[in-house]
Amino acid sequence: MDRKRCTLKLLVQPSRGLVDEMFIILVQKAPSGFQLTVHALHKCEDGHSWEAFGHYTADTIGTVNVSEDPSLGGTYSGVEQMGLLWSLRPVPGSKPGLRLRKMNVQIPMEVTISVYQGHQTEGFMDQVPLASVVVERWYMAPGVSRIPITEDRLSATLFLPPGPGPFPGLLDLWGGGGQLVEYRASLLASHGIASLALDYLTPKITMETRKMVDLQYFEKAYKILEQHPQVHGSSIGMLGLSLGTSITLKMAAYSEVMKLRCAVCISGSHVQPVDGSMEDILKHFNKNADRTRVSEENEFIWRDLLLPVPSDLAFKVDMGRLKCPLLVVVGEDDQNWPASESAMDMKEMMEQAGNSHLLTVLSYPNAGHLIEPPYTPHARASLFRSMATREKMMALWGGETAAHSLAQEDAWRKLLVFLRENLYSGTNPGTPSLSHL
Amino acid sequence: MSPPTSPILSVQPTRGLVDEKLKVVVESLPPGSPVTLHSLHHSEDEDYWEAFGHYVSDFRGMVSVSEDLSFGGTYTGKEDMGLLWSMRPVPGSRKGLRLRKMNVCSPMLHNISVYSGHVSEGFREQTPLTSVLVERWYMAPGVKRIDIMEKGVRGTLFIPPGPGPFPGLLDMWGGGGGLIEYRSALLASHGYVSLAMDYFNSQELESADLEFKYFETAFNIIKEHPQVIPDRVGMFGLSLGSLVTMHVAAESTIVKPRCCICVSGSHFYPNTFFCIAENNHHVWRDMWIHLLDDPSKKVDVGKINCPILLVNGKDDQNVPADECAEDIALLMNAAGNGHLLSRVLYPDTGHLIEPPYSPHFRASNFKAAGVATKTVMLLWGGQTKPHSDAQEDAWRKILSFLQHNLYSSTPPRAKL
Repeated sequence: MDRKRCTLKLLVQPSRGLVDEMFIILVQKAPSGFQLTVHALHKCEDGHSWEAFGHYTADTIGTVNVSEDPSLGGTYSGVEQMGLLWSLRPVPGSKPGLRLRKMNVQIPMEVTISVYQGHQTEGFMDQVPLASVVVERWYMAPGVSRIPITEDRLSATLFLPPGPGPFPGLLDLWGGGGQLVEYRASLLASHGIASLALDYLTPKITMETRKMVDLQYFEKAYKILEQHPQVHGSSIGMLGLSLGTSITLKMAAYSEVMKLRCAVCISGSHVQPVDGSMEDILKHFNKNADRTRVSEENEFIWRDLLLPVPSDLAFKVDMGRLKCPLLVVVGEDDQNWPASESAMDMKEMMEQAGNSHLLTVLSYPNAGHLIEPPYTPHARASLFRSMATREKMMALWGGETAAHSLAQEDAWRKLLVFLRENLYSGTNPGTPSLSHL
Repeated sequence: MSPPTSPILSVQPTRGLVDEKLKVVVESLPPGSPVTLHSLHHSEDEDYWEAFGHYVSDFRGMVSVSEDLSFGGTYTGKEDMGLLWSMRPVPGSRKGLRLRKMNVCSPMLHNISVYSGHVSEGFREQTPLTSVLVERWYMAPGVKRIDIMEKGVRGTLFIPPGPGPFPGLLDMWGGGGGLIEYRSALLASHGYVSLAMDYFNSQELESADLEFKYFETAFNIIKEHPQVIPDRVGMFGLSLGSLVTMHVAAESTIVKPRCCICVSGSHFYPNTFFCIAENNHHVWRDMWIHLLDDPSKKVDVGKINCPILLVNGKDDQNVPADECAEDIALLMNAAGNGHLLSRVLYPDTGHLIEPPYSPHFRASNFKAAGVATKTVMLLWGGQTKPHSDAQEDAWRKILSFLQHNLYSSTPPRAKL
């Protein structure tokens, strides 16, 4: 094709969207039946390049519509509207074990979407595309305010939605990797929930005193939300992933201070020493370190460390004490935590206690541990600095990319509905579960 | 204690281009309740602009601006973009304001809010039920902005993202002068390399050899750009810029625009613009030395040999647009090139036909470019609703005219 006379047009709508919004990619005015590759390129904050691509054939009027036409090959196949984002992977030659995480949420992810001639699988950087556009993907909607929180020796960031409020509130906890990870909280604030991202493993106070935080640390964070003039004090929920689930369930069941309106637990377990501190919880996980398995690719599998689920009530949260709706999200291929087994046990405990109407379990086949907001790349394994050994090790998270991405999309949608139903409306705690979703 | 149900406002997209439509939906209202949807903008000049519509929620407690009717406010009826085009300065503002974005690298911010009841004033003293912030951009992501100061030409070049090559446009505004970038930025967002030209700054022009060499040079800067298809460069002018466009298209032996768009222009060399700058007549004489030899001279439109689109408003109080368009058609038909002419004429539409959804001003403060002119209140004309409809329709027609003439007017090539 003569590039000088190329009239092929590439359109991506919206060109600036939130990370969880879908986009439409349209190629027009290609020759009829033209074979082309639609390619996505992203350079992340760490300087690594990620790419995805799909092979398409233009129809008789020279159009390719990624939301309607099947990809015939590439990093994804079939009709996949968002395949160019969720199937992103490090470009050939990258170092192994990378994971894509946005740390600065105040600027967008920039993705370059291009069209190349023919069905290509490599060497994109050495060619000039037929057309390309730049798309911005934001973790923060316009008007969301980002407020660093340091009072009470907390390491946290509060994200407030635009508008007068008051808004429902949410405590947002990540897992064993530590750090102050903001992107999920900023995205939830973009959906109208005042969200507090909390660093509880590597906060300033732990780095300075070498001591882990106590349980009052979490209650202080809750109080910050509760007392904030733009937050509805009686409408606060908690969301935890992985180790964050352990904290969330502990607070939901035992805290006298926290009156949670609802809780969401992703890829975690209720197994923990019931009266334990943070140190005790981590020690308990490491007790069975000899149960660590290693895959053929030298990836560490830690799911057996908490198995079998104990029957001793001293070592699991008393689920019967829960008084608020609980959404549990698990990936059946989770290689890091025994999330499925724990969810089954939680359900049993609650059925016996008579409060199972509060529980909804979303279980996704072939999904792994890192169930994150949708349309972001899946990492089946990545380098992880273990809190126990302080070394960087290759952790196997699990999940098959297409199924895992579908799970992320579905879980996120259901999570937003769950939060909106429980934090926004005037219904009382104890309403029927949403398991019909 | 359960929290009160608060309504949920969603605006899509929250970050869009200025010519993209908005979808504004309010949910979780009590059914059948009166609400006011309000938009507020704080301009670069520090003025406040607002628009509002009065709605009633349906049995589901929902209001959808694209489907429901507004019963009052700054617009009525089914108006999906009324919250933008019907904006006007808030009560108590300075007179004669005009809303123009000068810094195109940042978006226009609009606060869209929901108020309880049908409110018509005192919005700042009340707390809305809910509000969102919306960004409206003139520049799509990846568009490059480049300052041009070359061969005496001063302007800003906007280049679409991608390898190109792209068609090009020389973009000219009117007698107010200055370097106005927003339309060029928007055109680049649609795939055209666009040069916004500053051609009415007396400092520069006094020293250059004037006449239309300046425009020919500017045109060639675009044409010779490595990312531009050399035989696909057009010209786009508004008001005085239209006159320049027609003149260059007709008279230049060096420059051959592929197509021309003339918005609100006249083909008479002296037009009503010149009347207000009596004090400064000498400056303009220097500029248009050949053009003002005979004040009754018209552009020889019979010599134009590229497609030309005329966009005019019937209520243009600045130039006699209707009569000019008629005369141009007559002259071109007589010369045998009438088939190149397309024209659209909009009823109740004024002089300033701008990209869609921007507010309309029937009159505003105007200071003609040049030294020692005073600021006057210039009447542009048009009634807000029809003028806004015209802007929306005209832009669509302009983009389609450009697409047809600059992107795809060669016969289809043989299949590969």
